[in-house]
Formats: sequence, structure tokens, C-alpha cells
Amino acid sequence: MTPVKCYPSKPEKVYFFGTCLIDLFYPEAGLDGIRLLEREGIEVVFPEDQTCCGQPAYTSGYQQEARAVAAAQLELFPEPWPIVVPSGSCGGMMRTHYPQLFAGSEREAQAKGVADRVFELTEFLVHVCHLRLEDRGEPEKVAMHTSCGARREMGLADTGPALLAQLGQVELVEQARAAECCGFGGTFAVRHPEVSAAMVEDKTQAIEATGARRFVTSDCGCMMNISGRFAHQKKPVKGEHIASYLWRRTS
Amino acid sequence: MSVQSDSVQTHPVQTYSPREFHRQAHDALGNPQIRANFRKAMDGLMTKRRDSFGDWDLEILRELGANIRMRALARLPSLLERLEANCQANGIQVHWAEDGDQACRIIRELCEARGAKAVIKGKSMVSEEMHLNARLEEAGIEALESDLGEYLVQLNEQTPSHIIMPAIHLNTDEISEIMHDRTGIERTRDVDTMTAAARAQLRERFMAADVGISGVNFAVAETGTLCLVENEGNGRMTTTVPPVHIAVTGIEKVVEHLRDVPPLYALLTRSATGQHVTTYFNMISGPRKPEEHDGPKEVHLVLVDSGRSAIYQDDELLDTLRCIRCGACMNHCPVYTRVGGHTYGTTYPGPIGSILSPHLMGLEDTKDLPTASSLCGACGEVCPVKIPIPDLLVRLRRESVGEGRGNVPGAGVKRSRKEAAAWKGFQWLATHPGVWRAGTSMAGKFRALTPSRLGAWTDYRSAPKPAGTTLHALVKQHEAKRHQADKAAEEKRP
Amino acid sequence: MSARDAILKRLYERADGPLAVPESDFAVVTRRGWSHEERLARFERWITSVHGEVIHVAAHDWTTALAGVLTAKGVRRLALGREHPVAAEARQALADVAVELVDADRDIEAWQQEQFERVDAGLTSTRGGIAETGSLWLWPTPDEPRLLSLVPPIHIAVLDADTLEDTFFDVVERHGWASGMPTNALLVSGPSKTADIEQTLAYGVHGPRELVVLVRHAGGAAGTDA
Repeated sequence: MTPVKCYPSKPEKVYFFGTCLIDLFYPEAGLDGIRLLEREGIEVVFPEDQTCCGQPAYTSGYQQEARAVAAAQLELFPEPWPIVVPSGSCGGMMRTHYPQLFAGSEREAQAKGVADRVFELTEFLVHVCHLRLEDRGEPEKVAMHTSCGARREMGLADTGPALLAQLGQVELVEQARAAECCGFGGTFAVRHPEVSAAMVEDKTQAIEATGARRFVTSDCGCMMNISGRFAHQKKPVKGEHIASYLWRRTS
Repeated sequence: MSVQSDSVQTHPVQTYSPREFHRQAHDALGNPQIRANFRKAMDGLMTKRRDSFGDWDLEILRELGANIRMRALARLPSLLERLEANCQANGIQVHWAEDGDQACRIIRELCEARGAKAVIKGKSMVSEEMHLNARLEEAGIEALESDLGEYLVQLNEQTPSHIIMPAIHLNTDEISEIMHDRTGIERTRDVDTMTAAARAQLRERFMAADVGISGVNFAVAETGTLCLVENEGNGRMTTTVPPVHIAVTGIEKVVEHLRDVPPLYALLTRSATGQHVTTYFNMISGPRKPEEHDGPKEVHLVLVDSGRSAIYQDDELLDTLRCIRCGACMNHCPVYTRVGGHTYGTTYPGPIGSILSPHLMGLEDTKDLPTASSLCGACGEVCPVKIPIPDLLVRLRRESVGEGRGNVPGAGVKRSRKEAAAWKGFQWLATHPGVWRAGTSMAGKFRALTPSRLGAWTDYRSAPKPAGTTLHALVKQHEAKRHQADKAAEEKRP
Repeated sequence: MSARDAILKRLYERADGPLAVPESDFAVVTRRGWSHEERLARFERWITSVHGEVIHVAAHDWTTALAGVLTAKGVRRLALGREHPVAAEARQALADVAVELVDADRDIEAWQQEQFERVDAGLTSTRGGIAETGSLWLWPTPDEPRLLSLVPPIHIAVLDADTLEDTFFDVVERHGWASGMPTNALLVSGPSKTADIEQTLAYGVHGPRELVVLVRHAGGAAGTDA
């Protein structure tokens, strides 16, 4: 349970931390996130030297390596602007674990300073931008998978659905056991592939059973996992990052 | 899921080891009966837990629960001394054991000194942890479990697959078959009939037992009281009918005051089974007094360390000892739900088992347990005493690869030069952004060459392909376009 | 060094140093502020939800209801104490009823087989009840020993309505449990049960199959059936 966060008023500028998965595999999702922010009149600064939040090393137990990578990211945000991250998992890493990683070190204050300014994209759109959306798309049923990072580490079960609820033509359907993990878990999927596979199989079945032919998520790890399973089975259900979905339907 | 009785096979007698986690997980995942039994049970337990906290401010109650356990741990050694003194004043004899073997020896000697041949047991996970039944059998002492689930599991020559519901891996048909096979009753799907049969079988054994052995849910230092939480009444039978009662517990189960008990009890029953209260809450503060007419003439308390004082040394690991053994973490764990309790090969399965077992058994044997989690956080979210289980899983991963503090037995066992080098490589790339960008952009350009098979990932999923351009490149183009547009707009102005 | 001393030494000489001792705020488990009626309603709702039976009776003729329960349930042999007013009044009232009264205030060794096999019901008093969880609290005595509420297939418990309190915490605090625990203190909330066979509830697995609570009201039965 994350403590209640006090949200700032809408700023003129924000930093955008795109995450490595988006950088490499889903860049459009990142760009659509930036477009959504810009449409709200916010100038988006994309620090060029960003790489990865360090989470893969962190969750694998490689603490020193994670700390080194995280330290490099801490340098990217010198101005006091909010840092928007289009991923609950990476956002959770930065908000929750950066202060732990640097506790007792000379970077402690810096890490805390960054952590306090980290917002997941849908959180920022809802609570800071108070975003109003006008749906221009066709009627559609859609399911949402909120990542465990967003849901539990950042306490953001509601922001994604709140945005989708503004889309007049979209019927948001809830799959069975919506709060259950899809089985990605970063290196978990590699270390325990069969267990992970059983989890994603259940998740795809639950989504398919809603009758939706599209699901959205705020995390590309989950999307890679769930979409990858659908594609492997040649099922017609497609995944999309919520940023792209919102941008596509409202522009 | 329902299967006709005549087609049911009881599980072959099998032993499980944490070393075989992967194989055991493979077997469990391939067993539709196991999958269905656990899924159904866990779905039910999750719903019941949620409903049972309806009237409560759960976060405040959890905060209090965590706080009570932290206070008990902060004062642990002095509380143990106080517990001992107050138990002794009440006539309870207190024994201390460094490890499970020593505890088994103490209990065996207590039995032997009284010529005991038959022991009846209430549910005790600590006794499972030390393999007490087997140790007693070796000494020619029969130890019979009396909790219905434990009884069934024992009849089936298995170990419990869940700390609260030991036979949760079995369905009605399987249980019918076991009872038919081992106790000779007619096969039936009627749960009341089977329960009545077990009642009759066990009542005989209660009357004949020389010693009753139970666990302890909370040991109250202030009053020298042993608390037992249960629904069946077998705990009361075990601690009341035989002439000798031996309670065995880990040293961390102590709480300071009697008033600490009601909040913990409220959390325990709701978290475990979604009950607002259990049928019985039994508080034992001594053996039968001369004027009393029933109850054991002797009560013994065996306090077992078995790795707990080592956990106690470390500020972060210490949180593990807050656990009140409700099992909510396993009920909510997507991995436990898929693979079941036996797959872990440890007395305590699921998330709590994965953070506790490495201390009890060493990381050599349990190295696959801390990684057997997607770190989804469901366990930490429901823990009634707010143990940060995901953080502790990560801590143990760190210990296994030799990047922790080195104070877990077997630390560094998973350190491999190859893997360590790979993560150093990741670190180097991620801290050299120019090279990172060149690399990711290259990956996009050569995306056609990326393998369509990526180990286990692609056994179940399509391989992800890098996009043609990176976000870094897209942002550059986007900014250039915007810049141009701005410029054009500026030029249009007079 | 003994195991005891070695364990304590390790704990006292903790590597990461002494731990902070947090203060506890117990407000969440007390101060419910329920009225007498609310307490009764909650008690009844919870204990009946776990298969307990509640019968409201007027304090002055509760034994009539007791006799009715015994007849309705076909109880032929009832075990009970002798000295507690509940037992004494029951003995007097049941003298003319066709129920055999079995003395419970005997050393168990003298009648274990009989108690396990040939007693239909046990009658006990209670010290009080807990509204929040629908629980009875019992402190077994030489007069009403521990097994009286456990071994017979039916447990009939007598509860005075005005002894109901809000929470377990309130009971422990108000009655000063910490300064004088009996050898055995019990909370009983319903009959014995198990869900160990595929989560299907079954009653009477080891203890009583039925729990009947006679709630005595000083001013007469409070509206409900008797």
C-alpha cells in the first residue's frame, strides 16, 4: 500500500522516462504518451541519455549493478519537474526501490527527490492533468490488464479504467481474476517458464472469455507476454499500450 | 471438477524436495486434478477473506498486527525469559531446543520416560518442520495426526500441501478412496459420512493416547499462556484428554501481553480462512490442578530455535519472524495456485515458505524458491502483519548470487561467472548511453535477423521483435517536426 | 552452554543492534459503543451464521426451555455440574423429566468411556459472550470441567444477555484476565466443524455437532421465541 500521494498542479514541463522495453519494442507507445501530454499544453523533455531503470538487475539480485544503472538515471532529472513513466513496473522501481537502493549512501537525498517526482502515465493524466477525453473511435469492447507494478507497488488500480471510462464508444469489460498477475515478472518468465506459461495461459483465456478482441495495458512487459501468447496461439485478440489506445481514439 | 469414484487414483506415495522444484512444478502443472483442486480452493479462500474484513478498517488492523509482532520481536529474549518464568509458575515445564533434532530428542525422551507408546497430535507445522512423527516412529512410538486434513494426509503417506488446510490438494473422491483404502469404510461422496467415520476412528485414539502433542499460535509472556486456534476441537482433545500435553513452538511465537492476542487472533482467522472467528480459541495456562477433574497432569512447552535466532540478527530478514502462519500469502499467490504446495518440497510452501525455508534448510537446497515468484506483490498486500515478502524474496535472490550480506546459509550458491558477467555487461551498456543507443538502434535495423525462438519464452509465446526505430529516434524526429512547424508558424507571422 | 543460554545469548547480542519498541494503539479492537440490543443482534447473527442455535428465554423460567430442547433433540442422558446455579437449577427442574442426569464433577479417569460414548449432551454455564464474533467465554471449573463442553455431541450453554460485551479485547481488559488466568480459558463460537474435505463444511468432526445457546433475559424473553 503506497501512502496517499499529494498531487501537484499541472506543470509547464515534465520529464519523460520512456523505459527500455518501449524504447526497443514499442516506441510508438512512448511517443503517443508524449503526444497526450503535449496536447495538454505540457512541454515534454526526453533526456537523451536515459537507458533502463535497472529493474532487471535489481529483481535478479544483482544489487550493485542495479545501483550503478539507477545512479546513472538519477542524473537525468536535474530540474524539479515531474517525471512521467509509461509503465507501472518501471515507475514502481523508481518510486519505491530507488530510495531503498541508495539508503544510507550519498545519493540518498537525490534518489528520494527523484522518487517523489515519479508518476506513472495514467496516474499523471488523471490526477495531475485532469484529462478530459473525447472519443472519436468506433464502438468497441476492450479489456484492461493493470500491471502488478501499477496496481500494487504504485496503488494505481483505478487510473487506467478511469481514462477508458471517458471513451463514450468503448465498453470496458472486466476479465475474471483481473487483479491476478499475467506471469511475466521479468526474469521470472525465463527462470520458471512453465509456471509463467500457465499463468499467461489463464490470463489470455480470461481476456478472451470477455468477448473483447482488444486489451490494453499500461505496461509493455505484460503486453509482450499476453500478446505473445495470443499470437502464438494465432488468436485474434490484440494488445495495445493504453497511451496509444487513448491517442488513437481521441485524435 | 468431478470425476467418477472408480476412476480416481490416489496419488502415489511420493517425497518432495525443494531441489526438485522445477520437475515437481512440471508434474503439478501437467496434472489437471491438482490444478483444478488448488484453483477452486484458492478462489474460495480469497473471496472469503475479502468478505470477512468488510466491517473493519483493515489497514489500521494490519498496522496494529505488525506493530504487536514488531514489539514482541524487539523484546524477544526478555519475553522468552518472562514466558519461561510465568509458564513455570503455572506448572508448565519449559524446554529449549537449538534445532529440530534436539527438539525431537526432548519430546522422544519425555515420551519414553512415561512409557508412552501412542501419541495423538494436534496440527503443528513446527513438528512437521522437524519431522517429529518419523523420529517418534523410529523410537517405536506411534504418532497419529488428529486434525482431519492432517489425518487424511497421513493416511495417504503424504505431507501437508498447505499450512492451514493440509489436504487441500485432494478432492472428495480422492479422500473417499483414501478412507476406503486405509480405514475400510464404504466409498462415499457424502462429506458428513466421512467426517463421522473419522470422528469415530479418532475418538478411540484420543482415549488410548499416552501423550498429546500440539503447536502454539501465540505464547503469552505476561501470563504464561499457550493459545491454540482451531475449528475442529481436535486441538482441545489433544491438549485435554491424554495425561501429558507437550506443546512445541518456534521461539518467535511469543507475544508480550494478553491484550496483544485479540487483534492477532482477529487477523489470523480472517486472513486464513475468511472466518470472523474460529470455533475454538483455547488458552492453556497450566496442567490440571488437584481440585480439577480433567485436563493433562503435565504440560510441557518445547521452544525451538532452528535457524530463527540467525534470522533475528539481520534488520531486514527479521520481518520474516513476524509471521503468524495464516497462509493468506499462499492463498493469493498465482504461483502457489498453479503448482500447489508439494511442489515447493518444504514444510512451509508458497511465499512465506520461500522466504523462510532458505534459513531453515540453506540456500543450496532452496535456491529455486526465491525466484519462484513474479514479484506480483499479492502476498505482501494481504499479509496481516505486513511482512514485505516481495522485498525479502529479492533480498534472498541477492544472497543467492552473493550480493547480499552473506548471512543466510548457502549465500552465494547461485553465483555463476557467466551470469555475473552478463549483468556486468548490462550495467556497462546501461551506463554508457551512447553505446546503448547505438545498440538499440542496431537491433531495430537488423530486426529481421532477431531469432524467432528465444528459449522457453517461445515455447508458449511469439518472440517479440524490436521495432524498426527506437523511441529515442522517434522522439528526435518528433522534435524536429515540431521545431519545423514552430519555425513555419513564426515565418508566417508578419 | 545449555541450549537455553545459547539461544538467549544470540538474541541478546543481536548483530544489528537493539530494536526500537513501537507503541501500540488498540483503538481498532475496542470502543464499539453498541447498545444492548445491537450487541444481542450481532451476537445472534454471528453465532447462528456458524450453525449455533440461539433460544431467548426469560431468566425466571429458563429451565422450561431447557427441558424443551432436551425433548426436541431426544437427549436421554445429560451431563452437568452441581454447584453452579445453572447446574443446580437444571437439576431441580429436570428431576421430573425423563432425562438421566450424569454428574460431570468426577475425575475423568473414572468415567471417560461413559463420557465419550454414552452422554447425549453437556450443559454448561458461561462467563459471558462477545457480540462482535458471536462467541461464548468459558472458564472450566471443577464443577464444570473442560470436556463437558467438548465431548458430548450436543453442547447446551446458558448465557445471560447482560453479560454480553462488544469485543474480545474488551472482555480481556474489563475482566482483568491478565492478572489471573485459569488453567484453561475458552472461546466457543459454534459447534465443532471442518472444511478439510474439499472446503465442504461438516459439523461435529471432533467436538459437538450442535451448540444450543439459551440466552437468559432478566426482564423476560426479549420479544423472540422461547
